[in-house]
Parts: sequence; structure tokens; C-alpha cells
Amino acid sequence: MNHFQIFKDGIWSQNVVFAQMLALCPTLAVTTSGTNGLGMGLASTTVLVISNVLVAMIRNFVSPQVRIPVFVVLIATLVTLVDMSLNAWFHDLYKVLGLFIALIVVNCAILGRAESFASRSPVLASALDGLGSGLGFTLALTLIGLVRELLGSGTLFSQASLLLGQSFAFLETTVIPNYGGVLLMILPPGGFLVLGFLLAAKRIADARMARRTATADFSAQGA
Amino acid sequence: MSFDTAFVRDKLSYQAISLGVVALVASAALSVGNKLTGPAIAEAEARDLQSSLSQVLPEGSYDNELLKDTLDVKVSRGDTPATVLVYRARKAGAVTGAVFRMARRGYAGDIVVLMGVDAKGTLLGVRVIKHQETPGLGDKIDIAKTSWILDFNGKSLDNLPADKWAVKKDGGVFDQFAGATITPRAVVSAVKGGLDFFAAHRDEIIGD
Repeated sequence: MNHFQIFKDGIWSQNVVFAQMLALCPTLAVTTSGTNGLGMGLASTTVLVISNVLVAMIRNFVSPQVRIPVFVVLIATLVTLVDMSLNAWFHDLYKVLGLFIALIVVNCAILGRAESFASRSPVLASALDGLGSGLGFTLALTLIGLVRELLGSGTLFSQASLLLGQSFAFLETTVIPNYGGVLLMILPPGGFLVLGFLLAAKRIADARMARRTATADFSAQGA
Repeated sequence: MSFDTAFVRDKLSYQAISLGVVALVASAALSVGNKLTGPAIAEAEARDLQSSLSQVLPEGSYDNELLKDTLDVKVSRGDTPATVLVYRARKAGAVTGAVFRMARRGYAGDIVVLMGVDAKGTLLGVRVIKHQETPGLGDKIDIAKTSWILDFNGKSLDNLPADKWAVKKDGGVFDQFAGATITPRAVVSAVKGGLDFFAAHRDEIIGD
């Protein structure tokens, strides 16, 4: 498998949320706004890349019988270190994200990638797989967050400058001013609803793409 | 990894030792991390506390370091003795006010308010510093969402009779929110409880 394909699979066809249906707990819990989704996604991506690299590095020394506890200890340690460093050196960001960082430990996507990919692949491929899966996760979370935020509070990327710095303040837009908001979208059921509709949309897009490829193949044969 | 380790890896002792090594490395990494980040975290948290303390005390009403001038006040809550940590504001040595936390059960878990009062027991400021109320309904108590919490400024047990310390629905003076009465009720009760606490321990807090 070439490296670009690994990266692309992580983002689209093997997308953690939209294809593998993994990590739904953090997905539904934090996506009340686009900014929250983006922040959680980026933090998870960081952990995912590092954990994939470390697992790939030690893969030949870890016996299969104890691999799960080893990976779990590794991931928990990483997340704790990320949590402490953010709290110490990026304290304002930590105040926005703090709650979610600890949730990364229970993100089964991370153990999933370690187990199914990094434990049997070279370091570079594992890093790319981590980056691809992480960015795919970020994409899914940001999308769900944006839809929920738009319907629920009528804004997009509110508080983005807290997460990304003042230079990203332009992202913060109020789409519908003086909007009462649909509370349901911010509450947990909104997460399930939006996830369901986005999943359906991805299925339709995939089916369209497959049909187009099939038709193209057929007409190529016919000609 | 060119050498084949498969035959060693199947040994039970290897597995135990490798698990031990991993745990050791992880613990070492964590304690180094804790050493490196500890002071910075403590400093950041002190800064947070200082900034929330200064939200409930008007600027210039004190000239001491609030974080260093604290007092543990014993209160009896039912049978269990508890203490309330009070930060004292001083100007030229005399106590001009006090800041402390109060908690009440809201709609979802405890609501913690931080309140500042002057020496006579008049509210200088109140902020909700921790809550898990329903977003969009109960979270209007948060200064980031609405200015509701500012209604408390200037109120005291003297200028507002005890039965008026309630939401309007219960005959009091404080607004409730459409669809969320429990939350503002809990905040009002917490603030009232705080004022009662201050009145009961005023001498202890003001006089040294």
C-alpha cells in the first residue's frame, strides 16, 4: 500500500467516525460547536500520531500476549503528558479543551489504530496512518459541530480565537443574528440526529461515486 | 528491526519483564512531566483564581494579596463540621471585604458561586464559577451568556427582606428563566446562604 493511499483512507474511506463508527462517545459529547469539534480533533490527532509512531517502534519487542496492556499504558501516559503540558503552557487553550483531553484516553480509535495498523507496520506508514485517521476524525467532528452549532445557536466557529489565537477571529461568524436557537441540536439527541444525516449523506455520495466509476468502466468496454 | 525476537517473546518471564519495563518507563515519563509542568500549572491556576477574585471585588477596593490573606471559617453543616475558605480584602490594613465560595444543588449537580461582600455585608459581585446546567436554558447564570448574575450587585440582607430572596415566581425579586426555574432558584439560595454565613461569622472575618 503506498503512503498516500494510507493517508487518504484515513480521511475518507476508513474515516474513524463516518466509516468505522468508532469513538462515538467523544464525537457526540463534544461536538456542540465547530470550535469544540476542531479542538478535540486536533488534540486527538496529536496523540494518535505519537502513539502510532511509538507503537510501531516497539512492535517487535512486545509479545502479542501483553500487547493490549502495553498499548493502553502507553496511550494513557501520552494523554496525561499532553494534558499536563497544555495546562502548563497553553492555559487559555486548556480552559477551552481541558474537559476533552482526558476523554482521549477512552477514544477507542487510538487503541484501534495502534492494534490494527501500527503494531504491524513500519514507523513512517504508521505516522501517516495516524495523521490521516486523526485528520479524518477532526473533519468529522468539525462537520458535526458546525451543523449542530448552526442549527442550535446560529453561529459558526464561535470562540475560535480562544482555540487558535486572535488571528483566527475572522472564522467566528454569526449566521443568524438574534436567533433563539434549537436547543435540541445542542443537547445529546442533536448529536445523534446530525451524525445520522451526515452518515446518510456520505453513503449517498459513495454510492454515486461507485455508480459513476461503474458506468465509466462499462462505457469504456462498450467503446 | 532485523533480528528475530519471536522465540524470546513467547517466554512468560519476558512478557512479565516487558510489561514491567513499560510501566517503569511510563511512570518515569509521568513524574518527569509532573516536575516540569507542576510549577507552571500552579502559577496558571493562581492567576485564574486571582482573576475570578478580582471579578467580584471592585478594582481599587483592596491593596493586599488576596491569595495570601485567607481564613478558614468553621461552619456546622448538619452534623458534619466543614470549613469555608475566606479571602480577605484589605485596604491600609483594615478588612474592607471578603470573598468566598458557596455551593447549592442545581438542576444537574452542584452550582458553585464565588461571592464578594463588603464589610457591611453588601454584595459587591457574584459569579458562577462551576455548573453543569443545561446549555441554552440554565447556563444563563453564566456571565458569558447573560448579565443576569449582575442583579445581585448592591443587594444585602439589610436592603432586601429575607422573603424577597427568591425568584419572581416564588414571590422574590430575581428573574427566573423561561424553562429553567430550578437553576436561578439554586443560585439565589446559594447567595442568600452566603450572606447568612457572612452575617453569622462577620466578627470572626472582619476582626483579627
